[in-house]
Amino acid sequence: MAAPAPSTELAIDVAGVSKRFGDKTVVDGIDLQVRRGEIYGFLGPNGSGKTTFIRMLCGLLTPDAGRGTCLGFDLLREQTAIKPHVGYMTQRFSYYEDLSIRENLDFIARVYGVPERRAAVQRSLERLGLANRSHQLAGQLSGGWKQRLALAACLIHSPQLLLLDEPTAGVDPKARRDFWDQIHQLAAEGLTVLITTHYMDEAERCHRLAYLAYGRLLTRGTVPEVIAAARLTTWIVAGPQLRVIADALRGRAGVEQVVAFGNTLHVSGRDAVRLDAAIAAVRDADHTWTRGTASLEDVFIGLMDATRDNFA
Amino acid sequence: MSRFALHRLWAIVLKEFIQMRRDRVTFGMMVGIPLMQLTLFGFAINSDPRHLPTALRLADHGPYARALVAALERSEYFTIVREAETEAEAAALLQRGDVQFVVNIPEDFTRRLLRGERPTVLLEADASDPAATGPAVAAARTLTATLFDRDLKGPLTRLRGQPGPVDFQVHAHYNPENITQYNVVPGLMGVVLTMTMVVITALAITRERERGTMENLLATPVRPTEVMIGKIVPYIVVGYIQMTLILIAARFLFRVPLEGSLVLVYGVSFLFIAANLAVGITFSTLAKNQLQAVQMAFFFFLPSILLSGFMFPFRGMPEWAQWIGSGLPLTHYLRIVRGVLLKGSGLTDIAPELWPLLLFLAVALLVGVKRYRRTLD
Ligand SMILES: Nc1ncnc2c1ncn2[C@@H]1O[C@H](COP(=O)(O)OP(=O)(O)OP(=O)(O)O)[C@@H](O)[C@H]1O
Ligand SMILES: [Mg+2]
Repeated sequence: MAAPAPSTELAIDVAGVSKRFGDKTVVDGIDLQVRRGEIYGFLGPNGSGKTTFIRMLCGLLTPDAGRGTCLGFDLLREQTAIKPHVGYMTQRFSYYEDLSIRENLDFIARVYGVPERRAAVQRSLERLGLANRSHQLAGQLSGGWKQRLALAACLIHSPQLLLLDEPTAGVDPKARRDFWDQIHQLAAEGLTVLITTHYMDEAERCHRLAYLAYGRLLTRGTVPEVIAAARLTTWIVAGPQLRVIADALRGRAGVEQVVAFGNTLHVSGRDAVRLDAAIAAVRDADHTWTRGTASLEDVFIGLMDATRDNFA
Repeated sequence: MSRFALHRLWAIVLKEFIQMRRDRVTFGMMVGIPLMQLTLFGFAINSDPRHLPTALRLADHGPYARALVAALERSEYFTIVREAETEAEAAALLQRGDVQFVVNIPEDFTRRLLRGERPTVLLEADASDPAATGPAVAAARTLTATLFDRDLKGPLTRLRGQPGPVDFQVHAHYNPENITQYNVVPGLMGVVLTMTMVVITALAITRERERGTMENLLATPVRPTEVMIGKIVPYIVVGYIQMTLILIAARFLFRVPLEGSLVLVYGVSFLFIAANLAVGITFSTLAKNQLQAVQMAFFFFLPSILLSGFMFPFRGMPEWAQWIGSGLPLTHYLRIVRGVLLKGSGLTDIAPELWPLLLFLAVALLVGVKRYRRTLD
């Protein structure tokens, strides 16, 4: 059996982790601390380095710089000791499509040396609700079901740390809710979860968040902390002529972002005084104008816009 | 923490077996290729090899006997490499394949020649590869008929011409009827194994990479040796199935007499099959994608088929080609299989061909393990 992981308060504790591909720095000096039993959300636009960072945590890529521990094992020297305690769900389905559901689970259980393997596989199939379809080939499953199979597979060896790379992409709302309930229950039992997502509602269900862009960690903390740190003021506009309003507001001093959310327009800026002035110039009676606090999404879009300027 | 775990190895072996069973087309090919090759290579491939190693059993040291030996060497077909004292020694040389021929010149050769009694010169040939021996035997026959024409003067001139001054006898060992299929069919076993075994495992790791399953496999605690051996084991079974098919065809379709121990052939084949699978796995770790892996497999297959002695008699090849050939497992395997199946050779006879196979297997595995990338970098 694998050596038990040394117990420390922090499941993940890394500093200055960097990764380059060629001359492009994809992950740039990331510091991250994740406590045991915590659900940590990892957000960021496409190509910001989330997958690359996770791969470094589970020993699939070697960091070019940085140091730290994962479950108390050294990230650089003890990669083989980390692996038995980590469940990694890849962004792209990476189980065997030419193996049946049961065979895939059985394979993983054997590889990790799961005790009482048959029972463990059966339990996993039942929890997944696939017990009666267990002989179906994994390749024939729909996208969402593949995700659910992958989650079941990476839990089968009862890991201490779960690294989930967009686990709910393409999963229907009901299954997503079940998934999150399960994650919260596991976390309550002491499992640590690092999860990447592009969904705001999921971000809000994490204990803490980090936001990554162009390989750099721009902000982190609990949801209220992240929102507060952004110091963003947002006006929400509703009414018939939102396109016209949006065009009138764009480019005005103090208006940093104008984003349509369904039937409303979110207008945000960090300088509340100048934003209010800009709103006052455009404000009319046909629309309802509400001054509120920024949502997480406003914050992230703001961060994305700001960094795009930096890196353009 | 254990370095190598049987349960992980077994996990990989089982997975490979299941995947192999699911991939009907590939599985069909592995059975189909031997059968196709057998029909294709049922016909002979001719060539004209020279400088064949020859042992001399010379009981008469007179000038005529010397002249005959010199003439054989001048023909370029024969190169005297050994002198055998006894018949048993000569037989052993032939059996081990150290020489292709033994030339026997009796002690009363000169006396009987001069008396016109047509002394017997016996040429013993290892005919298990008829393509190699045929032209040389023909050359020796013409040569002995006319060799002494100049020397036979005066009353001896009557000895010239038919039927010649010497009674030239050929004794073909191992394949007396010179049937090429006898030689080709056992050789084919090695060729088919090389072809299918290398290709099949060359795809093994690149396929995991291309399908993205490698990312998962690398994240689990499996070790490189477990993956490599786990991917080799199932195909050893396939190799044995192919061998059995060919042996059955050899026996019942081509009526090749199987002289030696089948147990020995099966035992030794383990080394050969494993060596080829290890080469494939090594290619698999070097190649970026499946196409490259297949190309590498063919890069290995071509010299194997051309320079191993399967296509052309080994001794007929230029020296540099023989050097390359000696580095290929097929060369040694062909000698073993032909030795055991056609000549009834035993373990001690084939021992010199075993260690190159072992060495090759060890090196291939070592390179594979070294090259196996533990990360996605
Ligand atoms: N093996 C590689 N070789 C070269 N560049 C790579 C490699 N893997 C990733 N990259 C680059 O690194 C950057 C970050 O990629 P990564 O997959 O980590 O992003 P991500 O945050 O996971 O994006 P997404 O949200 O789309 O999944 C991208 O620009 C990508 O092109
Ligand atoms: Mg990603």
